[in-house]
Amino acid sequence: MKQNRALTLYAFAYLAFLYLPVLVLPVFSFNNSQFIAFPLTGFTTRWYSGLFADTAMQHALGNSLKVGVVTALLSTLLGLTAAKAVTHYRLRGADAALGFISLPLFIPDIVLGISLLLLLGVLSLPLSLAAVVLGHLLVCVPFALTVLMARFEGFDKNLEEASADLGEDGWMTFWRITFPLMLPGIVASLLLTFITSFDEFLVAYFLSGTEATLPIYIWGQLRFPERLPMVLALGAIILTVSVALVVLAEVVRNRGVQKPMVGA
Amino acid sequence: MQKGRNSGGGYALIAPTLVVMGLALAAPLALMAVTSLKSQSGLNLSQGWTLAQYGEVLGRASYRSLFLRSVLISGAVTVATVALAYPMAYFVAFHARHKFLWLVALTIPFWTSYLLRVFAWKIILGFNGVINSGLLRLHLIDQPLGFLLYNPFAVVVTLAHAWAAFAILPIYVSLEKIDRSLLEAAGDLGDGAFRRFLRITLPLSMPGVIGAAILIFVPTTGDFVTPELVGGTKGTMIANLIEVQFNAAGNWPLGAALSLVSMAMVAVIAGLFVAAARATTRNIR
Repeated sequence: MKQNRALTLYAFAYLAFLYLPVLVLPVFSFNNSQFIAFPLTGFTTRWYSGLFADTAMQHALGNSLKVGVVTALLSTLLGLTAAKAVTHYRLRGADAALGFISLPLFIPDIVLGISLLLLLGVLSLPLSLAAVVLGHLLVCVPFALTVLMARFEGFDKNLEEASADLGEDGWMTFWRITFPLMLPGIVASLLLTFITSFDEFLVAYFLSGTEATLPIYIWGQLRFPERLPMVLALGAIILTVSVALVVLAEVVRNRGVQKPMVGA
Repeated sequence: MQKGRNSGGGYALIAPTLVVMGLALAAPLALMAVTSLKSQSGLNLSQGWTLAQYGEVLGRASYRSLFLRSVLISGAVTVATVALAYPMAYFVAFHARHKFLWLVALTIPFWTSYLLRVFAWKIILGFNGVINSGLLRLHLIDQPLGFLLYNPFAVVVTLAHAWAAFAILPIYVSLEKIDRSLLEAAGDLGDGAFRRFLRITLPLSMPGVIGAAILIFVPTTGDFVTPELVGGTKGTMIANLIEVQFNAAGNWPLGAALSLVSMAMVAVIAGLFVAAARATTRNIR
């Protein structure tokens, strides 16, 4: 069919559009020149060794990992309890509550960051990584809620009732029924919220103060042309590690689905 | 807890989330509204109330044109991103043989820093960039093209790339949900491929399109990174002005008023868009 061939061609062209800018990062991170321009001048790994010696970068990376892990755990927990509440109970005002929790999706991130900046100012609290986590919760909880509600809605409540009828207590029912069935949703939520927080710039820009996260560090480097190849090397590393993590998560997820009822 | 539907447990479960969101969302926004009704002298906010900031925001022609330009650029980004992503999502949902592989391939480019994905376009569109070097090498031009970078077009291209995943995935999900027997039925009843697409596939995929549009329009209006890196002076957006009020200019009341006005503007436009999209879909059916 001719129509299909045109569509296939378009699909590959679109894929090229998506990959072209991303491939710029690794290409120039191995180029032996501090100028980011063609023609390429030769192969080097010095930008990578420079990066590994950069303590400011490592400190920022540590900060971003801390913020990302705490944000992912908290927002997934808050999303999980809220999703359970609205899918398993008949609550008055459930729609209003869901609307309120999803509100940040309709507010530009810069406004979220600035309004928290004002709050910290009034309460005389310092700018800190904790403030960044609070800001990231605003951005991440709506995502976590969406992912987890989709999972809860495809969830057969009879399984939990059957478990209770067969004499399991609440904890064992949670552990042997609810948790294994929710695991794929939980993993997806943790992954999505972690990567969102790890890469978030606009909110962190106003709240991080002197403790730079990785995007703040990168933003600072973009002003210095001689630092750019190192920044591109950093981008190439982030890309490689993320792809590895996604593959790993996929493997874990498949395992999780296959063994829901282990042990007696 | 797991048996009867006593809602008390439900309220207890959702309470922590509501408290956190109230603390981090409602309280700060209320404070922002208060700040926008003050004036500032030096580092102190005035005691009394004033509408001066809103007068400034709505009165100054340069601010009004900045609001308009931001909406136009974000609108263009939204339209471009959704229009480019739709055929891609359609291909994966209906024609691709290895769907999962395609979805992975389509999301990999987004697993690196947003700032660097934006910055990469500066390298591609720049004076010594990928496009100019390529064209020079092929002897298609003998001077680098200067009009590629530092304008609204560069902002639109960059953002249409940076936010592509937020269009592909929701549209794909809504296309994937479509009951294939509906399409067969329409075909059996004599609808051609195009009419079938217009009357069944497009309306049923509208939730994905609307979701994608909101997910892209809202955050791109608040982005000051992309305009600053690739926009030049003609590509400046409202978020750049807001950022300046909270840093270099240090005028928090004005920044708060600008933030609230742009937030309201985004909400109104998004609401109108959702209503319009729903109405059009109903008419097609």
